[in-house]
Amino acid sequence: MYEKLWNSHVVAGDPAGRALIYIDKHLLHEVSTPQSFELLRTNNLRLHRPATQLAVADHAVPTRVRTLPLPPGLAHDQVALLEANCTEFGIELLPLEDSRQGIVHVISPEQGFTLPGITLVCGDSHTATHGAFGALAFGIGASECGTVMATQCLWQNRAKTMRVKFNGILQPGVSTKDLILALIGKIGAAGASGHVIEFAGSVITAASMEARMSLCNMAIEAGSRTGLIAPDDTTFNYLHGRPRAPEGSLWDDAITAWRKLPSEPDAQFDQELTIDSSNIGPQVTWGTSPDQVGAIDAPVPDSSGGSSTEKARAYMGIEAGRPLEGLPIDYAFIGSCTNGRIEDLRAAAAVIRGRKVASGVTALVVPGSGEVKAQAESEGLDTIFRAAGFEWHNSGCSLCVAMNGDLIPPGQRCVSTSNRNFEGRQGPGARTHLASPATVTASAIAGCLADIRKTV
Amino acid sequence: MTKFSSISAHAISLPDDDVDTDIIYPARFLLITEREGLARYAFADRVSNGDKRIGADHSAPILIAGRNFGCGSSREHAVWALAALGVKVILAPSFGEIFRTNCANNGILAGIVAESRIAMLRMAADASEQLLVDLTSQTVSCKGEGVPFMIGEAERESLLNGWNETTRILSLYAQNIAHFEQNQRAEAPWLWASEAQKEYN
Ligand code: SF4
Repeated sequence: MYEKLWNSHVVAGDPAGRALIYIDKHLLHEVSTPQSFELLRTNNLRLHRPATQLAVADHAVPTRVRTLPLPPGLAHDQVALLEANCTEFGIELLPLEDSRQGIVHVISPEQGFTLPGITLVCGDSHTATHGAFGALAFGIGASECGTVMATQCLWQNRAKTMRVKFNGILQPGVSTKDLILALIGKIGAAGASGHVIEFAGSVITAASMEARMSLCNMAIEAGSRTGLIAPDDTTFNYLHGRPRAPEGSLWDDAITAWRKLPSEPDAQFDQELTIDSSNIGPQVTWGTSPDQVGAIDAPVPDSSGGSSTEKARAYMGIEAGRPLEGLPIDYAFIGSCTNGRIEDLRAAAAVIRGRKVASGVTALVVPGSGEVKAQAESEGLDTIFRAAGFEWHNSGCSLCVAMNGDLIPPGQRCVSTSNRNFEGRQGPGARTHLASPATVTASAIAGCLADIRKTV
Repeated sequence: MTKFSSISAHAISLPDDDVDTDIIYPARFLLITEREGLARYAFADRVSNGDKRIGADHSAPILIAGRNFGCGSSREHAVWALAALGVKVILAPSFGEIFRTNCANNGILAGIVAESRIAMLRMAADASEQLLVDLTSQTVSCKGEGVPFMIGEAERESLLNGWNETTRILSLYAQNIAHFEQNQRAEAPWLWASEAQKEYN
């Protein structure tokens, strides 16, 4: 499938073996683009196709209180700059007061901006998310954002391919978040470096679009350039009728083309891996890289993993040999482009069943978009969360990245549905444990890292 | 961009593996919308924790890094901050992919050195010896002993010539792009629907 996506977007080649790849769509957010627009201005360049761009502010926006206009400060200025740039260059922006606002990787599929068969880029590494639709989607730097805006093209080296099949039957309480964490643990944070991972197998075929997105979202944490999943009826049903999806006869034409995208049965991959999902229990990271991960009931490894293991344990304040289960937590975070979609919130709410967040634990739910928030509220999920003692926020990146006012204090421990447990990611000195929405909720209630299988 | 061919300078060794972009440039400084003057944010959290190996007060034009350097986010701020520190060359056994591209787009040489050869460079760095990095021959040498490094052919050309990728694409490939677009309009008209409507109106 990667080959098909690649071949259908080659504009030209160069002697160095690279290909100039046509970029169909570009998502913009406030953080990665100020300098891209500057690049356009400095070189006196115009936008090649403004209609292929969509902008939204998500990283820097406060989620706790959303009084508009934003209070004075850097975040206000950054969002205002995005607005001014979009106006100047004729790019559509979903404003903060719009219910369609949210995290780029949540709103784009929601609006039908993400489509199968396209190339899509964004100045954000988790652009891989959109691969769940059978799009070739990858994160780029700010300079490249400028290049795409001016030329609609990027030079790329062709990647190698890896197919990972998830077969078997998921244990109760286990989600695709656990699968991807287990995979990263198995192959390492650079295990798929230079590759594009295509996910397949019976578990993937049966998975919803939300679950597929969680999986592709984190493919890059294994070093992969992006994740891919073959589009099928689940994909088409999700997209049908979305605001920006093709309509009428164009929809029919598109479906016909999209059905030809999946890899042929005899397709060759540079690497293949088959995983029996039945053996995978709930996963939680213990270190400061997403590959420092294990099953909730497994012991934290000792220094046999090298010096980085020891350093990570020191930063995380965690001893070797003890299981993750039972480790006391201070914060619980449900949200982000990995797990901030409606299905994630439903999975979390289902764990609560009348119980309350443990005393001493601050727990928050941050919907991935205004639409997710509205949908959750119409289902009464906000009432369930609030009654249990969770904070209910406005949409944004929030605690996934400590730059919007939501912050974990130094030395405090947070169990989080986000995608990165790097040093300082949730605030200087903050300790992050990545896990699924169900595990995070069960842990919030228990006051410590908890095995969801014992509470479902 | 300015052309790059060779440099002779001191180096800093930072052997840690998986130094991610959050370490190089902590997220809370991403609110800054300029690309100049970011030196004081480079490695800021490590510096404030007493790690003085590299930061605003201690730097060198050449950085000998560990495996998977610059992994993590796509933030180009990490590269701008390193550039602001005066870093011109980063040599490591491997890099985060987007980070490497970002380096190329900012005239920084990110070269791959075999794991087995990097120890010598670290020793030279720690002994404050001068390293000579030559892009034409793709070698880094110290006291006459040379170690090869790898860099993409295209990045090499681009650095040597000081090209601006964006304007270069426009001047060399405008016709190819137009041709591609013409085909795509016919084959995938749904990707052009919103623009087609505007044209009719
Ligand atoms: S939720 Fe986190 S990973 Fe996703 S776009 Fe926002 S900051 Fe990036």
